[in-house]
Amino acid sequence: MKILNLLRIAWKAIILNKMRTFLTMLGVIIGVAAVITMLAIGEGSTQSIKEEISGMGSNMITISPGAGMQGGVRTDPGQMQSLKLSDYHAIKEKSSLITHISPQVSGNGQAINGAENWPTSIYGVTPEYLNIRVLELEDGSMFTDAEVKSSSKVAVIGQTVRENLFSTEEDPIGKMIRFNKIPFRIIGVLSPKGENTFGQDQDDVILAPYTTVQKRILGINYVQSIVASAISEEKAPEAVNETYSILRKEHNILTGEEDDFNVFSMDELISMFNSTSEIMTALLVAIAGIALLIGGIGIMNIMYVSVKERTREIGLRLAVGGQSMDILVQFLIEAILISVTGGLIGVSLGITATLLIEHFLNWPTSITATSIIISFTVCAFTGIFFGWYPAKKASGLDPIVALRYE
Amino acid sequence: MGQETVEALRDVSFSIEEGEFVTIMGSSGSGKSTLLNILGCLDQPTSGSYEIDGLKVKDQKPNGLAKIRNEKIGFIFQSYNLLPRTSAVENVELPLLYNSAISKDIRRKRAIDALVHVGLEDRLHHTPAQLSGGQQQRVAIARSLVNDPVVILADEATGNLDTRTSYEIMALFQKLNISGKTIVFVTHEQDIANFSARTIELKDGNIIRNVQNHDIMLAAEELESLPKENI
Repeated sequence: MKILNLLRIAWKAIILNKMRTFLTMLGVIIGVAAVITMLAIGEGSTQSIKEEISGMGSNMITISPGAGMQGGVRTDPGQMQSLKLSDYHAIKEKSSLITHISPQVSGNGQAINGAENWPTSIYGVTPEYLNIRVLELEDGSMFTDAEVKSSSKVAVIGQTVRENLFSTEEDPIGKMIRFNKIPFRIIGVLSPKGENTFGQDQDDVILAPYTTVQKRILGINYVQSIVASAISEEKAPEAVNETYSILRKEHNILTGEEDDFNVFSMDELISMFNSTSEIMTALLVAIAGIALLIGGIGIMNIMYVSVKERTREIGLRLAVGGQSMDILVQFLIEAILISVTGGLIGVSLGITATLLIEHFLNWPTSITATSIIISFTVCAFTGIFFGWYPAKKASGLDPIVALRYE
Repeated sequence: MGQETVEALRDVSFSIEEGEFVTIMGSSGSGKSTLLNILGCLDQPTSGSYEIDGLKVKDQKPNGLAKIRNEKIGFIFQSYNLLPRTSAVENVELPLLYNSAISKDIRRKRAIDALVHVGLEDRLHHTPAQLSGGQQQRVAIARSLVNDPVVILADEATGNLDTRTSYEIMALFQKLNISGKTIVFVTHEQDIANFSARTIELKDGNIIRNVQNHDIMLAAEELESLPKENI
């Protein structure tokens, strides 16, 4: 009952100073809107990176040749020939945590179809590569293990290659193209996958049996890397460890000696990206937090001025029976009303801004309930915290002095 | 800088009966403000005692004093002290807002009654800026009446008003007194004191005079005798 009256009194005071109240709120509004928008952008980019990585195969494990030493000279890992087909077979046979595995050899070159030509990359893999990289066929079929064994000159092409070598009406299945002068028969077309996180066009590829690419294109007998998928994303780190021990045995690496290969899972890539985006988000939140702080100081400033300005009013309220607690609560409610109303407006403004950004700038965003709850709570506490001092000051006034204040 | 203790009041002792109209007079520095603060339960005497409506004020805590002020005292100030940009009726309601026993409807009804009582029934929703000085003081008087206090304390209530309006206000006070209200009027003007039934005069913190006024002037009659305003 009494608190309701105090609420009414505080509300009245706010209404009487609409413009000033609004200006005071503005700091809080901007602060809250900034927190929500910034968090939405941060969260959105984190999510889109995660999605893309899992689109690349979140349980994928990559084995690549490591920085080795040849007679005391460190060699470029890319030039290393330490991964052999025997490694691929060893992992395939011995590993219990890996479902699919494929060696990978790749080369760049010019793909030619009649008058059309296009610079692209050819990847020599096994049919399981589709499962590992989560790729789908739009048309035709993948080459078989038998075709791998016989080094058949068959290929599956990505959308970008298809678009550049064939017209839209043309069906590429069964057609012959040449890659670095080696003819390939097209047996399948991949579904579009788009750009990956690094901006690479994942559709600008030609897949062919690794045996064919090894012999016909590159003229090598080692493999450049091995890709595999763990039975699950959670088991990926274990699978990495298992692969390490298999390969160390395979390569006769003694305890204490440096590995001549690397095994890493997408997990590491995800956590690397996460830590980057976490730093970004923390930074954004810090900036927004400062905005809120300034908003809070704005409230304190105005409340302080308001207490000074209304000294006689406070004196009168005390004289007609207001207790100092009533005065404290009244001014505190005023501060909280300002901050909470500002917070509510800020939340809606933040959501609107986020939607606009998503709509017009095409940035990935994601508004989380946590960001709304946190910013709103912080804002309410800002009101209490910064409203306390002026309210305390008002409640401590001596009615005799306050009544005669000029 | 040493601290000097100033005795604002010394050996002041008197009582005011229910239904009296008493003027407390004194020049500035006579201690009348201190006396008013004590009577109004805004301040406590260093020694001695003060009782209002059978209640000992001496041992009350600040919240207890606030409650006494809220229920037993009606204040009227020289400068009206109305809330700006707030309607007359809301100004009058103010003391009742701090009394949780009174509901919203009763609060509004009592405020309107009080305003009718002071002759402002057609100014209920005017803000102070839309009212003349005399009307503002009437609102303040209505505010002092709204909690049905045992005593109304008026501090130089006519100090900011011209003679005619002063007399009008005094006529209102006399009317309230006749209807049974106890009024203590603090002023330094002798002609205002003539309207009350008793005068207590202070000088340097002492009571130098405490006399019944046998020749009470009627403010309503004095008003008649004033030259007519030029319209």
